[in-house]
Amino acid sequence: MKPQPIVEDELHSLADGRLAAPRRSELEAWLTEHPQEAEQVQAWRGQNALLHLAYDRVLEAPLPTRLLDAARRPGRYSTRRFAAAVAWLTLGGIMGFFMRGEYPRPASPPPQALLPQQAALAHAVYSPEVRHPVEVGAEQEAHLAAWLSKRLGAALKPPHLEEAGYALLGGRLLPGEGGAVAQFMYQDARGSRLTLYVRNDTVATNTPTTRETAFRFAREGKISVFYWLDGRFGYALSGETEKPELLRIANIVYRQLNP
Amino acid sequence: MIGRDAIVAEIPRLRRYAQALTGDAARADDLVQDALERAMVKWLLWRSGSDLRAWLFAIMHNLFVNQVRAPQLVEFRADDDLPEQFARATQSDGLALRDLERAMAELSVEQREVILLIGLEEMSYAETARVLGVPQGTVMSRLSRARIRLSKLLEGQVGGASLKVVK
Repeated sequence: MKPQPIVEDELHSLADGRLAAPRRSELEAWLTEHPQEAEQVQAWRGQNALLHLAYDRVLEAPLPTRLLDAARRPGRYSTRRFAAAVAWLTLGGIMGFFMRGEYPRPASPPPQALLPQQAALAHAVYSPEVRHPVEVGAEQEAHLAAWLSKRLGAALKPPHLEEAGYALLGGRLLPGEGGAVAQFMYQDARGSRLTLYVRNDTVATNTPTTRETAFRFAREGKISVFYWLDGRFGYALSGETEKPELLRIANIVYRQLNP
Repeated sequence: MIGRDAIVAEIPRLRRYAQALTGDAARADDLVQDALERAMVKWLLWRSGSDLRAWLFAIMHNLFVNQVRAPQLVEFRADDDLPEQFARATQSDGLALRDLERAMAELSVEQREVILLIGLEEMSYAETARVLGVPQGTVMSRLSRARIRLSKLLEGQVGGASLKVVK
């Protein structure tokens, strides 16, 4: 069968996650041979992720009374005529409200709440980069490990994720709350990227080095993050990968860091 | 009151969109309030079974566009005076997000709307076309231009604040 020509609208659909499965795989395969378009699609995904990071917090802010009042003010119509339709609408609205997956549940943030958020932000900013995704490439791995260890003030080595199909691209140094933070970036054969964000918590908080937590999961926009604390480091693994797959990789990372 | 729970349930998303659209939390809430009041008055015009969210967003879009056409009423304030409830969590967040807000402010209203309805509100292209009252083809061409321009703005290739290298 003659392959369908690819039009720009489809690239947008792909970036917005609105392309059906067979065509999606076709386009993803096509993109591996068209780096310029691939870069564009990545950049658009990055824009969407950044918008969520910037504005999703509005969803959680308490509603001002004046808005609630505006929605509750009776209109100039009789209630009887519309009661039935509206009962259904209300039910649908309430169900829709609670069933919407992305709606943030109000919950008190865990103490290390900023870790996944900062990691996701760093992921959103750097993972779409095509030319400069990292500062020091994987070909200089020894230098990368020595440099980041020195700047974070603790021995640090990038895990290897080949068994999960991800190759190390390299790493970079980022500013964090308590000083320097390291980000390692990985890429699979299809070009999707993961980042591992590593923070040394002892510098700023002087916390004991014995603390340890289970994996925790957070979603920031389209970015999934597994994060955990282990000794002096806080780790966060971010990607637009499915949750079970990301958990599997997080386990690999954890095992390598704790042989 | 009639349908209020359904409408109240949409307020957080209306606020998020309005905040991103205007860049100003107080003005955003004014816009949402206007839209809600208008919705209560126009309730009879809403066809039950059709998409309530798209209907509310369309009302807000029309109000916003009318405000923008009367330019003395709207000035875009990108930063510095966002109230506490939207305050950024950390400083490093603040820099990247401030860049984004600045870039959004540089986009035309039409570009900002499509990029927000699709990228942030995750509406389909057809829903976006309904909200904006334009054909879907127009949505796609606006989206394309908006994304290219936003990329350039975020990379610092256009806009007034970029530095020149002086030899």
